[in-house]
Amino acid sequence: MNKNVHGKEFWPVLILFILLLILPLFLTRFYIYLLALIFVSGLAAMSLNLVLGYGGIYQFHHAVFYGVGAYGAALTITKLGYSPWIGFLVGPLLAAFLSLVMGAICVRLSKLYFGMLQISLGSLVWAIVYRWYSFTGGDDGIHGVSMPALIGSTKGSYYFALLVTGACLMTMYFIVKSPFGSTLQGIRDNPVRSEAVGVNVRLHQLAALVIAGFFAGVAGVLFVVVDNSAFPDMLFWTLSLEILIMCLLGGWLTFLGPMLGAAIMVALRTFASTFTEYWTLIQGIILMLVIIFLPEGVLGYVNAKFRQFGDVTSGGKA
Amino acid sequence: MEFSSSICPPEILCQILVGLSRTTILFIVASGLTLILGVLRIPNIAHGSLYMIGAFIAFSVSKWFGGGATGFWMAVALAPFAVALISLVVERGIFAHLYEREHLMLLLLTFSLALILGDLVKMVWGGEYRTVQLPGSFKGPVPLASLPIPIYNLFLVVIGPVVALGLWLLANKTKIGKISRAAAVDREMVGAVGVNVSWVFAIVFVIGCFLAGMGGALVSPIVNITLGMDHTLIIEAFLIVIIGGLGNVWGALLGALIFGLTQSLGILIWPQFGIVFPYAAVVTVLIFRPTGLLKSTW
Repeated sequence: MNKNVHGKEFWPVLILFILLLILPLFLTRFYIYLLALIFVSGLAAMSLNLVLGYGGIYQFHHAVFYGVGAYGAALTITKLGYSPWIGFLVGPLLAAFLSLVMGAICVRLSKLYFGMLQISLGSLVWAIVYRWYSFTGGDDGIHGVSMPALIGSTKGSYYFALLVTGACLMTMYFIVKSPFGSTLQGIRDNPVRSEAVGVNVRLHQLAALVIAGFFAGVAGVLFVVVDNSAFPDMLFWTLSLEILIMCLLGGWLTFLGPMLGAAIMVALRTFASTFTEYWTLIQGIILMLVIIFLPEGVLGYVNAKFRQFGDVTSGGKA
Repeated sequence: MEFSSSICPPEILCQILVGLSRTTILFIVASGLTLILGVLRIPNIAHGSLYMIGAFIAFSVSKWFGGGATGFWMAVALAPFAVALISLVVERGIFAHLYEREHLMLLLLTFSLALILGDLVKMVWGGEYRTVQLPGSFKGPVPLASLPIPIYNLFLVVIGPVVALGLWLLANKTKIGKISRAAAVDREMVGAVGVNVSWVFAIVFVIGCFLAGMGGALVSPIVNITLGMDHTLIIEAFLIVIIGGLGNVWGALLGALIFGLTQSLGILIWPQFGIVFPYAAVVTVLIFRPTGLLKSTW
């Protein structure tokens, strides 16, 4: 299913990337910040899709790794006083480590049970962060994390977020296309048969979870870079479901779908909240309509239409 | 971060009583959730919103009747039915057409409903804190050992087992209960013998949501009724359902006991991290018994 879009996606993405490189020259600070926020949410959603869409694992509480990445970086900088660059490394590594621990506990369960155990473990982490006033700042969170001069400005943080997100997307793309990625999709489609042909299902799933946790941690770090803060809501389960919605909205059977979903959600939230305080209502209605009418998401729908069109022109199913 | 040094018996007794009354609320809400999960297989995130709506309606009804004892009893009697009515509309209007979808889609669908209901509550009642007045007879301190908590908590502790018994009778001694238990095991077969499964689902869903509304109405005099009260409760109810065993009402009772007591006693042991204890208890249970303590109906 992904094979026929291989290569076709390259040129549009390159053009989009160049466009994003020059765009800040024409935008106000607010829009630059908004774009950077889209990259951050998009990276979080895409890291979730690595296990959800490609692995078929019900990772219900993905935001925990996003939040832990952010807290890891912010605390290393503010409380421990290390250089931000060290903080940027600590965040994702901490998230990956947490993902390893949580994954090792959850991975023997399947589907809904996996998701629920994961939510309870995640809520435990949230409760600790939420209550540990002396270290994490409790429900106030951490504000005003100082950044190196190079990425301290709005534009600086924008370019940093863009480059890191781009690098992460490329890495994720290669992971998905690698033999490991194919095995993972094989497990998603038929775990029993994969086991039968000698694949260590649990080990592959655990590896995917750790990778996804790492990239979610990177997204968390980028949030700290863009927003200079971290707060406990980043680990709350509602955010996890919001990230899930981004995947669903964009299309979780496509590689770039979650990024598109994040762009739609972040943009809609920003513009809708300027004229109404009932943004969640709009969000709920959109989500409901997407589930009922577009279960494969926007990009999934577009791809399906393209495939149909291709089939007609080439005179049959490829 | 220091452990509280002097724990004297009345304090423990007091916390146990608070924990048990909390257990009742958690049990009533979670039993509705587990009923819906067991029979309809819908992980209903909007259950928490219905609990919140139950509390807000209880507030409005109590105000309508001028507060006091009349207001309170009318609120407790009417709010669950109002919530049941809302849930009937939702079930017939939306869920009835989508039972065939996979769990993840259903979960997100109910989440979208929770988002919508949350904002509708904000439109109708606004963001202020509300509270329902307790009747005078419930306000006094608990007679034994003159503990500094109202009699109402004792009342809640009694209500819990009553509801559990009622649910047991409903499930085992009535026709709808027997049909719904059969539908939980094999819905095609139940349909094949001529039962309208769609309406069985509707009735079970409405009963489940009635319980959510009842939980909301009963909790309304002892907490601040506010937006967001659904968010923590729904996650707690889900965890209770999971550690009890999906679809098992007695499991929900056991889970609620574990959750309620670890929460209230945890505060005594380590005040700052009181909320961590129940989550840790849930994790411990799930590590050793991943599919819950009692038998799941799945």
